[in-house]
Amino acid sequence: MSAVRKVLDTMLWYARELVGETEYDRYCERHRRHHPKAPVPTRREFHRIRTLQRECEAPGRCC
Amino acid sequence: MPTSALPESGHRAPEKSRMRSFALWAAVALLGATGWGVIALARGEEISAVWLVMAALGSYAIAYRFYSRFIARRVLEVDDTRATPAERLEDGVDYHPTDRRVLFGHHFAAIAGAGPLVGPVLAAQMGYLPGTIWIVAGVIFGGAVQDMIVLFLSMRRDGKSLGQMARDEIGKVGGAAALIGVFAIMIILLAVLAMVVVNALAESAWGTFSVTMTIPIALFMGFYLRYLRPGRVVETSVIGVGLLLLAILGGGWIQDSSLAEYFVWSPETLVFCLVGYGFVASVLPVWMLLAPRDYLSTFMKVGTIALMALGVVIAAPALKAESVTDFASNGAGPVFAGSLFPFLFITIACGALSGFHALVSSGTTPKLIQKESQVRMIGYGSMLTESFVAVMALIAACVLEPGLFYAMNSPAALLGPTVETASAAVKGLGFTITPDQLTAAAKAVEEQTLVGRSGGAPTLAVGMSEIFSGVFGGAALKAFWYHFAIMFEALFILTTVDAGTRVGRFMLQDMLGNVWKPIGRVTWKPGIWITSGLVVGAWGYFLYAGVTDPLGGIKQLFPLFGIANQLLAAVALAVTTTMLIKAGKLRWAWVTGVPLVWDVAVTFTAGWQKIFSGNPKIGFFAQREAYADAIDAGKLLPGATNMDDMHTIVLNNTVDGVIMAIFLLLVLIVLVNCAAVCVRALRSTEPLPTTEAPYVESRIDLPAQRSDDTLVGTGS
Repeated sequence: MSAVRKVLDTMLWYARELVGETEYDRYCERHRRHHPKAPVPTRREFHRIRTLQRECEAPGRCC
Repeated sequence: MPTSALPESGHRAPEKSRMRSFALWAAVALLGATGWGVIALARGEEISAVWLVMAALGSYAIAYRFYSRFIARRVLEVDDTRATPAERLEDGVDYHPTDRRVLFGHHFAAIAGAGPLVGPVLAAQMGYLPGTIWIVAGVIFGGAVQDMIVLFLSMRRDGKSLGQMARDEIGKVGGAAALIGVFAIMIILLAVLAMVVVNALAESAWGTFSVTMTIPIALFMGFYLRYLRPGRVVETSVIGVGLLLLAILGGGWIQDSSLAEYFVWSPETLVFCLVGYGFVASVLPVWMLLAPRDYLSTFMKVGTIALMALGVVIAAPALKAESVTDFASNGAGPVFAGSLFPFLFITIACGALSGFHALVSSGTTPKLIQKESQVRMIGYGSMLTESFVAVMALIAACVLEPGLFYAMNSPAALLGPTVETASAAVKGLGFTITPDQLTAAAKAVEEQTLVGRSGGAPTLAVGMSEIFSGVFGGAALKAFWYHFAIMFEALFILTTVDAGTRVGRFMLQDMLGNVWKPIGRVTWKPGIWITSGLVVGAWGYFLYAGVTDPLGGIKQLFPLFGIANQLLAAVALAVTTTMLIKAGKLRWAWVTGVPLVWDVAVTFTAGWQKIFSGNPKIGFFAQREAYADAIDAGKLLPGATNMDDMHTIVLNNTVDGVIMAIFLLLVLIVLVNCAAVCVRALRSTEPLPTTEAPYVESRIDLPAQRSDDTLVGTGS
């Protein structure tokens, strides 16, 4: 049972990393390290800013 | 919340494991050699696809272990004490040291597309042997090397793009030629891939419905991610994939209902829909359509490819195709014209060597690498995986009865309108399939007909349904798997179409911005609309011309696509070779130099034949002349049903021939420029100034990864 859980956890970890879901957590962690006093943006705010940035960069996809 | 970092299960191998590792690699080599041996020695009898898989995997393992390590150590001299841009410039978003397994997945998802699925299917015309040899050898010595070295060079320059590197290293003229070349190549690529979708969906209610549904599904995901559950990508994607499977099932239901007629679209209608879609996708905010589609695509990609590998190994289908067909030597194949050299290499394209990967390898990936030595796994390893996808596509095509393969992939002009004429035409090619068998094959996958369904996607889908239904669900699920495969390919391609249109738009804005400032601003709406319109207009023109081409658009345009892609690889390899020589590594320049020479030989021979060949089946201008002469004489030639068709053929051949010449010229400029820089570098008494970012010591200490030092040496 625990072996199955472990595999599922690994898969979830991989999937979350792959699609960049952990980006926000990483950003917060870094933000707190560098600016401990400043408030951290909410998940919603963070993703708004990120999509706005993505608007200006060419997507890297291939044939 | 703790985020990342699963523990590395690394350990240092003790001295005595040397023997064990030697035994292991000897066994791997033996396995691969056995695979190749069986493939090469099979004469006349059907062999199992497992041998192909074994030969490929064995070769990949050896190449990865020895050749890629040799390149990393001797040629590139990777240095894990040197901080990567991800570490030096870390900003938590664009630059951050990423777990190598995650980055591998990232990079693979970015390079894998429809190319390696389509090319090998068409190349099956020459048999499975030449195709397999090129896919495996080409990737080991060409494609994977290019990806890895471009990735490394870009990483040493803080993630500069290939275009920027070309400008910095070889000068303005070569840089500009490379930039224009990339743009032009992009247009042809989008047109050809879009044509594959059109050919797969035309006259099929099931396919059209389920692929159309991907748009509302992506929109739903976009809104869900933005307003309901921001940032919960995995959850959203799982819902999306679920809806996607429902859409496939729903397509079957639509096909049998009275709604079917609303989803049976002609190829011309589909062209206008695709062009409209490309435009809208390029101007809409990314969160609405592009980003969610990307997530869907990633999950479907990884899932389906894993499923395919499993299917091939478990079902172990027998290959029905011949190992080498007569078309390999006589060049008279109906799917694409021309003989093995150079056209096999042009047709397979992305599965062995893809110029486009150089753009991805010099994009986001280099900004995320944790340690320099990981370019091996990420650059070389991802490309080996892509090549394996190409091998599986080739297997899927060779599992079909050859008669069915040619009935599906020959141009409509040859096959005629009915199953009877198609059966007769296939017989004329030297293969057999009865009209009843053709009807039965179409019925099994619940399509109106399979005759003349060229473009590669339907063939791959039939092959995949054959393999999958052998493992999961039996004959009852054949139609589901067929439409699953069609959906999967269309999803891939539509993702490329919207991403590619956007990339093209950015390039155009960048170029035009030099002439007129406002249009270069990426936030100025009219500028976005104008440039998006120009880009979709350009590929839309080629798409329309291809779809309405009386001689079969795939047959006419696919070589142009293949040559374009391989020419881009020539640019990338020329730039990397120049950079190696400039860095004083002349003795290792052959690593990219040999694939460069080969690639230039292939592309320029093919391009030359396409322009100057006197054979109207191969040369664009020869064909143009034949049809123009016939128009003057008031005659109709095969393929044309009226005078308008004749004029279309003349126009298409003129355009294609001119485009071909422009491509070759642009690449020639880059090559000459590179050669001049190389000569200058060799003549100079002191090394030319480097453009690398200066050395900074790395502070990242990885938990000891399995060290290569204890394994058997590379023999160098």
